[in-house]
Amino acid sequence: MDLLQADLSAVTEAIQNKKISAVETTQFFLDRVQKLDQHLNAFTYVSNTAVKEAELLDQKIAHGENVGPLAGVVFGIKDLLCTKGMPSTAASKMLSGFVPPYDATVVSRLKKAGAIILGKLNQDEFAMGSSNETSVYGACHNPWDKSRVPGGSSGGSAAAQAARLTMATIGTDTGGSIRQPASFCGVVGVKPTYGRVSRYGIIAYASSLDQAGPIVSSVKDAALTLETICGQDSYDGTTSDHLVEKFSQNLNGNIKGKKIGVIKEFVQHIPDAHIAQSFQLALDTVKQLGAEIVEVSIPLTQYAVPMYYLISASEASSNFARYDGVKYGYRTPHDKTSNLSLDDFYSLSRGEGFGAEVKRRIMLGTYALSAGYSDAFYLKACKVRRLLRQQFLDAFEKCDLIMGPVTTAPAFKLGEKSVDPLKNYLNDIFTTSTNLCGLPGMSVPFSTAREGNSILPIGVQLTAPHFQEQSLLNFAYAIENTTPAADFRKLKPHVY
Amino acid sequence: MSTNSIDTIMSGYEVVIGIEVHVQLNTKSKIFCSDSTSFGAGDNENISPISLGMPGTLPTLNKGVLDLAIKTGLALNCHIRAKSFFARKNYFYPDLPKGYQISQYEVPICENGFVEFSVEGQPRKVSITRAHLEEDAGKSTHFPEHTLLNYNRAGIPLLEIVSGPDMKSAKEAAEYCKTIRSIVQYLDVCDGNLEEGSLRCDCNISVKKVGEKKLGTKVELKNLNSFRFIEKALEFEIERQIDLCLSDKKIVQETRLYDPDKNRTYTMRLKEDAQDYRYFIDPDLLPIIVTDDKIKQIQKAIPELPIKKAARFVKELGLSTDEAEILTSDKALADFFEMTSKESGYSKQASNWILGEVLRYTNEHHQTIQQIKVTPKSLSDLIKLIEQKIISTKIAKSVFNEMMDSGNSAASIIDRHGYKQVTDVDELEKLIQKVLDSNSSQVDEYRQGKEKVFGFFVGAVMKLTKGQADPDVVNQLLKEKLSGRKI
Repeated sequence: MDLLQADLSAVTEAIQNKKISAVETTQFFLDRVQKLDQHLNAFTYVSNTAVKEAELLDQKIAHGENVGPLAGVVFGIKDLLCTKGMPSTAASKMLSGFVPPYDATVVSRLKKAGAIILGKLNQDEFAMGSSNETSVYGACHNPWDKSRVPGGSSGGSAAAQAARLTMATIGTDTGGSIRQPASFCGVVGVKPTYGRVSRYGIIAYASSLDQAGPIVSSVKDAALTLETICGQDSYDGTTSDHLVEKFSQNLNGNIKGKKIGVIKEFVQHIPDAHIAQSFQLALDTVKQLGAEIVEVSIPLTQYAVPMYYLISASEASSNFARYDGVKYGYRTPHDKTSNLSLDDFYSLSRGEGFGAEVKRRIMLGTYALSAGYSDAFYLKACKVRRLLRQQFLDAFEKCDLIMGPVTTAPAFKLGEKSVDPLKNYLNDIFTTSTNLCGLPGMSVPFSTAREGNSILPIGVQLTAPHFQEQSLLNFAYAIENTTPAADFRKLKPHVY
Repeated sequence: MSTNSIDTIMSGYEVVIGIEVHVQLNTKSKIFCSDSTSFGAGDNENISPISLGMPGTLPTLNKGVLDLAIKTGLALNCHIRAKSFFARKNYFYPDLPKGYQISQYEVPICENGFVEFSVEGQPRKVSITRAHLEEDAGKSTHFPEHTLLNYNRAGIPLLEIVSGPDMKSAKEAAEYCKTIRSIVQYLDVCDGNLEEGSLRCDCNISVKKVGEKKLGTKVELKNLNSFRFIEKALEFEIERQIDLCLSDKKIVQETRLYDPDKNRTYTMRLKEDAQDYRYFIDPDLLPIIVTDDKIKQIQKAIPELPIKKAARFVKELGLSTDEAEILTSDKALADFFEMTSKESGYSKQASNWILGEVLRYTNEHHQTIQQIKVTPKSLSDLIKLIEQKIISTKIAKSVFNEMMDSGNSAASIIDRHGYKQVTDVDELEKLIQKVLDSNSSQVDEYRQGKEKVFGFFVGAVMKLTKGQADPDVVNQLLKEKLSGRKI
């Protein structure tokens, strides 16, 4: 069995039918991490219990016990998610040494379904960034071109998956952190509807925007993973009791007669020729599949980036207040040698523990929430957010799904953009609206761009009305099997 | 020191007091997680990743807390919001695990209510601005070289009841706090224990010239753990502030504590620059939705409150207002009284016994009414024995003391000691004759008009019967005999 190409369902079936053991599979991917991750730096921690867990699973299977629908599937988990007994640091010095005594609900659901957790994956510090360059563990590299970024913040998840160091991964998406790296690395990434997936145990960045989702190799795998992690959780009051369909069993690639919305304000301003070309090709392709293209106008999308940065930074400034050096994580060593005041203790611990981008956003958020400023910044952003949501709901009156580009350009070079934060922020233009409105969105690999010797993947973005993950996945399933997407799937990245 | 409002007005100043009462709601688990709320657990025993605010953990609302808040709000005549929100109050302190306290800010669950009570017989009505839910912080214990943190209290549900700035004297403020306590005890939403901190009263106090509209600089008094200290601290603070005004000195906006040993207040911390808490709605918690049905259902479960109960005791059971107020100040006491009254059929006597002997005993022995060995039933039996003239009131008191100590019934104690009131007229006549015969000179004195001697005869008869004679019968028989008709 080709573990690098097989569907998750096929692998788990083979394991459950004892055609291949969970130990073998786990060892296979551990070996790949051992051999290839030196080129990528996608892993921040590799489990030393994975093989043992696989053994237990094999024993269960041998005893004819019931194992879950992901039995033996080898997962990599973004470091932002808490994993019991494994370091969970959000790629920050501030949480160095933090090993939680609990699993995130997403992780416990995967484990319950029989998944094997191979280790933790690199990311931007506290999920703040879109290049994976703000990680305390150092940058992660794009498997298609090691001189380029994998995107972020879930860069490690996308890179590991593209290079098949894992069978599947979990990322998180606050403003595009699943979809953008998925597009840069040529893998499938889904950001579910806000409230679909429990945030419990996911180190919070922006509570009203964060969602976890799969970054995997195919739409089918995305569907299977998603149906496992979705659903109401008593530990997260913001999760919905909305029915979770068996997405993987209902996949249907027939999109004939579907109305596909294109946001006028987006397509007018695609700055990169590769992206513009790819998107035009995507429109032509879905038309050939019988879908109808409808232009919709969502004027407030032009404010999505400032709205996103005001709201996410404000929430983060409060969420990160708990990292004070008192209870866990990093504490300034000056604490031991000098008699610090409480304020100095805080300032030093936080000043030394947080990286530059995190500090920038804490300051931005603190300012936006301050008395005298919050009306003009935070609260105004919240009000516009409501209006933006309404504009999206209105647009969905005219179409079933919205299709657009994911990024403003293919993967950029390491170091290229980290100097100008504002310019970096503007790259989030196509992804942030989805989070602000709580909508489900995904990125599907579609075509490629050639940059010198490199082939760079380009994804297409889909956005659906709330809780319509099934139609999102169905549409992606249709695209996945067309030219050029199907051709892309035959390509292998440089690191593989 | 002069403290009542008339004296302060005479000095040209009037007092403005507003009070924030933190009521610890007596749920079994914390407001946002399932940790126990038990008092007296070992340090950091009642904690979990959630109450410690560990990375990735989230709060989820304990629905029981909501019901208690609504119940209290209704009892305080508040409007209950159909939709209210939790907000984050951001500030750094080591005993605040998340770096913010979850509280309610702009939209509290209860608002615009009032409470009624009386101060020295005068009816008073104090407005309730709002009552909002929040979580408690942990506890810091400071030492010269280090600080110890105990997070057992972190996440304990609190309802903060904020009064309007309506109170004008220390006495009134203390009565207000007592009223709030008795209400929450009646509702069984809080044990009302000031010493353990399950009820905390923070007083905001300022003074201003009589007639002045603008409020003076306010000082907050915190950690007042008895009603007496509340009154004393406010008395001191009123005088301190008026003295400062009279000598043209500035009152500093600050938080002060009360030192009961020295009977004075002192600075805890200054509030020179108001802290910016950067409040915003907590995105982790959904809005609190309260339906009309829910309100109706909870309204039904509200018991008769002290002020109504007191009025009923006066009207139906013939008690004085003072008696009724003391009896209803504590629900357990009121219940004890009502049961005794019903069981014995003698309301006034039940009230006298409870306000006299029972309270004397509980005060002397530092016990609560629930802890004593006498029950409403056993006290009723005792009262009936007195009313049936089986024992005298005097003997009843010693019987009562023994009941309190041993828990035995009145009847068994009387039996054992052979206490029995002598009411037999023939027997008493013989005894009286004996007394008169052996004190003929006193009989002469009496008959010559020295009526004081009468008491001497009564005493002598009681002595002969070891106090068991019915004094009424003795009096009557003595009078008859001494008038000469039967000698």
